Amino acid sequence: MTAIETPPKPAVLDEDAPLPAEPGRLGEKALRIAIPALMMLLLVLVWAWYVAANDVPHYIMPSPLRVAQAMIEDWHILFPALLVTLKITFTALALALVGGVALAVLLIQSRWIELALYPYAVILQVTPIVAIAPLILIYAPSTQVALLICAWIVAFFPILSNTAQGLKSVDHNLLNLFELYGANRWQTLFHLRLPAALPYFLTGLRIGGGLALIAAVVAEFAAGSAGAGSGLAFRLLESQFRLNIPRLFAALILLSVTGILIFFATSFLSHLLLHKWHESALKREN
Amino acid sequence: MNAPAREPATEGPGGDVARTIVSLRAINKVFSNGTVALKDMSLDIGKGQFVSLLGPSGCGKSTVLRLIAGLGDPSSGTIHWPMAKRDGSGHEDHEIGFVFQEPTLMPWATVYKNVWLPLRLKGLSKSAAREEVMNALEMVGLEGFADAYPRELSGGMKMRVSIARALVTRPKLLLMDEPFAALDEITRFKLNNDLLHLWESFGWTVIFVTHSVFESVYLSNRIVVMAARPGRVVADMAIDAPYPREDEFRTSTPYNDYCRMASNALHDAMSATAEA
Repeated sequence: MTAIETPPKPAVLDEDAPLPAEPGRLGEKALRIAIPALMMLLLVLVWAWYVAANDVPHYIMPSPLRVAQAMIEDWHILFPALLVTLKITFTALALALVGGVALAVLLIQSRWIELALYPYAVILQVTPIVAIAPLILIYAPSTQVALLICAWIVAFFPILSNTAQGLKSVDHNLLNLFELYGANRWQTLFHLRLPAALPYFLTGLRIGGGLALIAAVVAEFAAGSAGAGSGLAFRLLESQFRLNIPRLFAALILLSVTGILIFFATSFLSHLLLHKWHESALKREN
Repeated sequence: MNAPAREPATEGPGGDVARTIVSLRAINKVFSNGTVALKDMSLDIGKGQFVSLLGPSGCGKSTVLRLIAGLGDPSSGTIHWPMAKRDGSGHEDHEIGFVFQEPTLMPWATVYKNVWLPLRLKGLSKSAAREEVMNALEMVGLEGFADAYPRELSGGMKMRVSIARALVTRPKLLLMDEPFAALDEITRFKLNNDLLHLWESFGWTVIFVTHSVFESVYLSNRIVVMAARPGRVVADMAIDAPYPREDEFRTSTPYNDYCRMASNALHDAMSATAEA
């Protein structure tokens, strides 16, 4: 079937497919983990030294050891609170993901739909969540639902706006190509627009993931919920009132670690989906 | 649309003059900003011809190609497809392949999936399309790169994938919009030769848009020279040099003569533009 004189090893003149990347240098990889870890250790040591050297009272600034102790001893209080916060964060993020993508797909269907709906998405986003929270608390059937709505509002916008932008930023020639081959609206959406929007969507998800956690905490502050079934934000406030600063630190660390894990999870997902083709995930070599 | 049989006199030179594959009549195209892209353009493309549309930028040669492809409608005038088959729902199937100036590949899809696309949109599964896709890749010498991603390929190889994608539906008419303009000369010459070999063995009709006199003379058996503002045809010449044409043709006397002819026609077209 070959009509052109093709050498068994395809073409010579216009070949320069890159060789597979050389196996990652172990030394560099190890350093990438070792340096942040050492830095962390150093900071904790400075902290411990500062507290000990200046005899800082533990109700102002506890030593790392006391914080660790509080983490272990109060785990039965902190862990359920963490679960509550995690549940709100991830439910809000999941709903934001579905809602953001669905609304983005809806928005690009017609200019009119976009004109009608987009302003309200913006209004929801620019109004400070702390300011809307009291109202939501009145309307929502329970505090948990109110917190969920707050976290959702905050997390959903970056996913919506990034995805909508991505859906619109499709190569016009590819759109022409799809039209040429008689692709219908759904084929164009699934085979062209959604894959093209994937990098944008993932950026939105990474921002939305961080914001969902922040909003879950802020909304809980605003809601002033208390007692059993409350999240980490309540435990933070409670520790402050009781001057139980070690526990406050422990709760804070749990929040930070959660945030970091969300960041890594979304970054990893991004890498997983993009590393084969997208510029952002490619190593540049000159 | 049963177009009445026309006098063969309206056919351009070269090819099978008795059988017109597509016929443009009095086409006008005005863009929404008021630019007159094409004015009263008529053109018949005979089956099996290799036609180059040659002209300065802004002469509407790409617009013609897009109109033939069905991307956008002319402001007035008609496009007939005397030989088109009709599918079940009564639509004409023009059996077109289109190659853009850029490779226009989907970066997230492998070479295989990019070439599979036209068949996929017609509802062919990945395995059902395998033979056609591999045939098309073989034609352009890329059968070993089915699983590569576009970013792993050089510019010339990406263009080959783009050509394979256009060929996978076995089109009767291949439309090419300055496909090799962005490539280096060595790669371009090689792709020119490969394209000619494929054309000779499969006998498609090709409409090839270019702004290179040398490329148009080397490839085609008919050159349609266009002028800009408004876009129109100013010359229609036959290149009667026999095929197969190889690299020796590039240095032959007839080639030089045709290049001079085409060059003069292009020059006239450009001064006509300046006066207009």
